[in-house]
Amino acid sequence: MSFINYSSREINCKIVYYGPGLCGKTTNLQYIYNKTAADTKGKLISLSTETDRTLFFDFLPLSLGEIRGFKTRFHLYTVPGQVFYDASRKLILKGVDGVVFVADSQVERMEANIESLENLRINLAEQGYDLNKLPYVIQYNKRDLPNALSVAELRQSLNPRSIPDFEAVAPTGVGVFDTLKAVAKLVLTELKKGG
Amino acid sequence: MGTQLVMYEEEFTKINAVCDRLTKDANAKVVFLVDKNGQLISSAGQTQNIDTTSLASLTAGNVAAMGGLAKLIGENEFPHQFHEGAKDSLYMTIVGSRVVLVVIFDNRTSLGLVRLRIKKASDELTKIFESLVKKADGPGIGSPFAEISDDDIDNLFSE
Ligand SMILES: Nc1nc2c(ncn2[C@@H]2O[C@H](COP(=O)(O)OP(=O)(O)OP(=O)(O)O)[C@@H](O)[C@H]2O)c(=O)[nH]1
Ligand SMILES: [Mg+2]
Repeated sequence: MSFINYSSREINCKIVYYGPGLCGKTTNLQYIYNKTAADTKGKLISLSTETDRTLFFDFLPLSLGEIRGFKTRFHLYTVPGQVFYDASRKLILKGVDGVVFVADSQVERMEANIESLENLRINLAEQGYDLNKLPYVIQYNKRDLPNALSVAELRQSLNPRSIPDFEAVAPTGVGVFDTLKAVAKLVLTELKKGG
Repeated sequence: MGTQLVMYEEEFTKINAVCDRLTKDANAKVVFLVDKNGQLISSAGQTQNIDTTSLASLTAGNVAAMGGLAKLIGENEFPHQFHEGAKDSLYMTIVGSRVVLVVIFDNRTSLGLVRLRIKKASDELTKIFESLVKKADGPGIGSPFAEISDDDIDNLFSE
């Protein structure tokens, strides 16, 4: 649910990074934070445990510049991936405009990916959203690891509808901005439709 | 799910005026109005040293978490929250089930006065937001983005 302010000529959109525990959601935001100019970003807020697992959310506000005189701002959030934080995940999804599903490419995390994607679908549906109708992209992260499945295998299980998908190595930034741009573009295109 | 929040000049001016007045009447340091999804709507008072965007997001997270707790014990929500610090204290009120009014104050005022002034401001804000929702549901002026081209979107990303 974007927020359009005709008075200050601003538009704010919310993007949520979803995915199983340790798949690299927080790392995506950290990379984006480290690589954007100071004047286009706000503080990166991480509500995490002592062991750096996300406890509630990470939050990064970004300004992308102007479209037709409107400042466009994106609020990026990550959810906590660990299964038992489901109540928190539901809260973060409120008012979402676009979703990035970050998958862990490692073969032993395949089940966790499928479970998390199913959990995303259910939690969205609870709030009246349909994942099939929402701006949504997939990122296959951890492509650098030797036990990574092939993209074809990942696609088959996680991307039957062939939505935009990207290979990534989040700590070095491979695919990170491509993913963000793709989802931001989908969100703006949706706004254009008057969604 | 609700429609997107749209803010127009007329209501925005009124909302800012209510926040300004509340700051003065309650003798508060700062007043914020935040959408439940974490977008900052208005702020008044000594905002220079506060990261308002972070404040808005954390307020929304806090209200969402407390709302979840409320439902667990059979309440709909906790409309008021008060947090007392060593120097500054914070009072949050849910207005019209959609936005959160946050007042930060110190010992130059009292909790009683702050609560009293919040009550009045909150009633006024509720009315303004009701008219805003009606306006947004009406025929309206359409999305400012209806006209944008793919090039406009692409240009945003040309580094
Ligand atoms: N080798 C490798 N490691 C990665 C990659 N992406 C993230 N990691 C590492 O995986 C670990 C977990 O990353 P996080 O970003 O904290 O994972 P998360 O998805 O936020 O996890 P939760 O907060 O528990 O949901 C960290 O040690 C990262 O450095 C990647 O592409 N390749
Ligand atoms: Mg995390």
